[in-house]
Amino acid sequence: MTLSLLAQAGESASPGGAIGLLWLTIALPLAGFVVNGWLSVRRSRAKAVVSFVGPAVLFASFAVALAAFLQLQGMHAEAPIVQRLWSWLPVGNFRIDLALQYDQLSAVMLLVVTGVGSFIHLFSVGYMRSDEGYARYFAYLNLFVVFMLVLVLGSSYPVLFIGWEGVGLASYLLIGFWFNDKANADAGKKAFIVNRIGDFGFLIAMFLLWNAAGTLDFSGVTAWASANPGLAGSGLVTAIALFMFLGCAGKSAQIPLYTWLPDAMAGPTPVSALIHAATMVTAGVYLVVRSNVIFAMSPVASTVVAGVGALTALFAATIGLRQYDIKKVLAYSTVSQLGYMFVGVGTGAYVAGIFHLVTHAFFKALLFLGAGAVIHAMHAAYHATHSHADAQDMRNMGGLRKMLPVTWWMMLLATLAIAGIPPFAGFFSKDEILALAFARGAEQPVFYVFYGFGLLAALLTAIYMARLMAMTFLGTNRTGAEEQKHLHDSPPSMTIPLIVLGVLSVIGGAVNLPHLVGGHQWLDRWLEPVLKPAAETAFGRSLHGPEGSTEYLLVAIAVLVGIIGLVIGFRATLARPVPTPEAAPAERGFARVLLNKYWVDELYDRVVVRPFVWVSRALLWKATDKGLIDGALVNGSAWLSRSVLGKAGSLLQNGQIGFYVIVFLVGALWILRVMAG
Amino acid sequence: MPQASFIGPSLALSAILFSIGVAGVLLRRNAIIVFMCVEIMLNAVNLAFIALAQLHGVGGQVMVFFVMTVAAAEAAVGLAIILAIFRHRQSVDLQNTNLLKG
Repeated sequence: MTLSLLAQAGESASPGGAIGLLWLTIALPLAGFVVNGWLSVRRSRAKAVVSFVGPAVLFASFAVALAAFLQLQGMHAEAPIVQRLWSWLPVGNFRIDLALQYDQLSAVMLLVVTGVGSFIHLFSVGYMRSDEGYARYFAYLNLFVVFMLVLVLGSSYPVLFIGWEGVGLASYLLIGFWFNDKANADAGKKAFIVNRIGDFGFLIAMFLLWNAAGTLDFSGVTAWASANPGLAGSGLVTAIALFMFLGCAGKSAQIPLYTWLPDAMAGPTPVSALIHAATMVTAGVYLVVRSNVIFAMSPVASTVVAGVGALTALFAATIGLRQYDIKKVLAYSTVSQLGYMFVGVGTGAYVAGIFHLVTHAFFKALLFLGAGAVIHAMHAAYHATHSHADAQDMRNMGGLRKMLPVTWWMMLLATLAIAGIPPFAGFFSKDEILALAFARGAEQPVFYVFYGFGLLAALLTAIYMARLMAMTFLGTNRTGAEEQKHLHDSPPSMTIPLIVLGVLSVIGGAVNLPHLVGGHQWLDRWLEPVLKPAAETAFGRSLHGPEGSTEYLLVAIAVLVGIIGLVIGFRATLARPVPTPEAAPAERGFARVLLNKYWVDELYDRVVVRPFVWVSRALLWKATDKGLIDGALVNGSAWLSRSVLGKAGSLLQNGQIGFYVIVFLVGALWILRVMAG
Repeated sequence: MPQASFIGPSLALSAILFSIGVAGVLLRRNAIIVFMCVEIMLNAVNLAFIALAQLHGVGGQVMVFFVMTVAAAEAAVGLAIILAIFRHRQSVDLQNTNLLKG
């Protein structure tokens, strides 16, 4: 086929060296999974081995990724490097190789996943140490990394899909890690089922793509799209992009499929940091950037992506304002920040989307790990006094700044980063997204609305983060007099990851420092080969960043919004004492709407779940299965043979031998007659 | 060489014997009589075989030996069954032997 030839032409052979060893980044965590999985079944007490193997495979994988990155940096590769490991599905002219693709985008994702993943694994050693399922936990966590790396390194949509489904499985296993509590197991199922709706869209997109392009390799699809510029804006490309985005909305928790992510907080907190903040949930953003040419060829789909992202960013941020569970605030914050990334990639600012993905991985992982350290301390304190109070409710915290100083300082850095205060990491990435969305508004005015949503969400982000910090770390302590004595900072295995991520949250913006402050937009130039197909479309060419006074004005507004938000958040929270959960007055008005998350879960329950259950129970089970199949077909055919055919047949057997002989004789004569012709 | 004109009367006799046998099987109730009627039918067939062997060669005569052998075996088994039924029921009336009636 010509297209597969094109695909071969658009790739470079593997140069060997560290890039040739890329399969090790997947094989090492896989080995970790096997070892830890075996230990969890056979030697669940061998915690020392688990503590070593679990993080060590990740750090080794990170080292390989780093070496491969340095090698790629020295190569100036224009085409992706594809390593075909083996032929996976050769069916006629449909052929899928299990192949790894290493290019600038994969390199960035690989570093984020293994880098942030390594430190989260290290943190887990301290956090999960006393848990009975310690080995099982690390087995799952290693397995997650395996699939996440398949996702970012796969060279075609089906291989990416293996990783895509695999991380879903690992996510399900880890959300329901403490499955003895039914609520946790239900949360895992919810995540899995909601993601399945998105996966349906992704599959349809793949079918359409295969039908149209005849290949599912990334390089082949890019070649097909570049060879058919007339398809830009066509219904086919828009359909492919929108179905693909449905998959992204599921995986990356966007409206309307975001409801699983807050529930996913049922899992251990490092899991929330790794899977539900830093890596897996950003897979949707990665997929859009990976398919940049398809989205760039469909401005309609791109506008939908940006619109959904903007709406999600604002919507989730408002819910975050009124949550009391520290992890729930961060969960809605993650949904909101993912919305930003989709505003970026929907605008056509793919670099900005990836930039925010990277910085968000740093500061959100830090926030979750910090929350984990807080919960760990709270839990230990309550455990020591045999209290059953909620260790995650911020109304039970307060004044922890003195007991957990390291956690306080590191989380403060992350808060400044997420609020968009310069020079912290989040400022640059968020500002780039907002500025480019504003710039896109010049030709598509609806993007001004998205910009407004983003700005408002930025204000709310600063407010809810300040509220979280104030309720947790400032004011007077509400944990209890006896419990206070047991509150203290975590062991080094937990504080070191906090400090490392804290440093990254401060300097992470350096990867794409804008010219405005004397930077060189390193990430822009680094990702250029990957994004060239999109940049050559009309949609890509039409995007110009703001310049001159507009740029300064946008930056000033963004900074001002962040500062105002923080001031409002801290002042409003510290203005009056926070009531404990028992003494809290009932929420009224809009606060009640926010506390109940707009009743979206209840709405879905009424509109989707219950009708679905009704159809399953009444129509499919009672009517079809029990009525039609069991009743009419199975029992009906038995009744027919017994009561109708059986009765009639038994009448023939009347016991009169003469009658039998006559029947026999007539039959014999008839046969003779037939034979005689 | 026997006369070919014997064939017609022989077949007629065979048909008459066969019909008598059928009528006996249909109408009589005594198992022994019914059994004897079956034998008449077999021998009617034998007669037809022999008559037709005049036209078609020796095959029919060979078949007669087979029929006689089978008839002998059948007589042995059939009489044994009738004997067993009589011991069980003190009767060989076929009207009473209707356990398989539906």
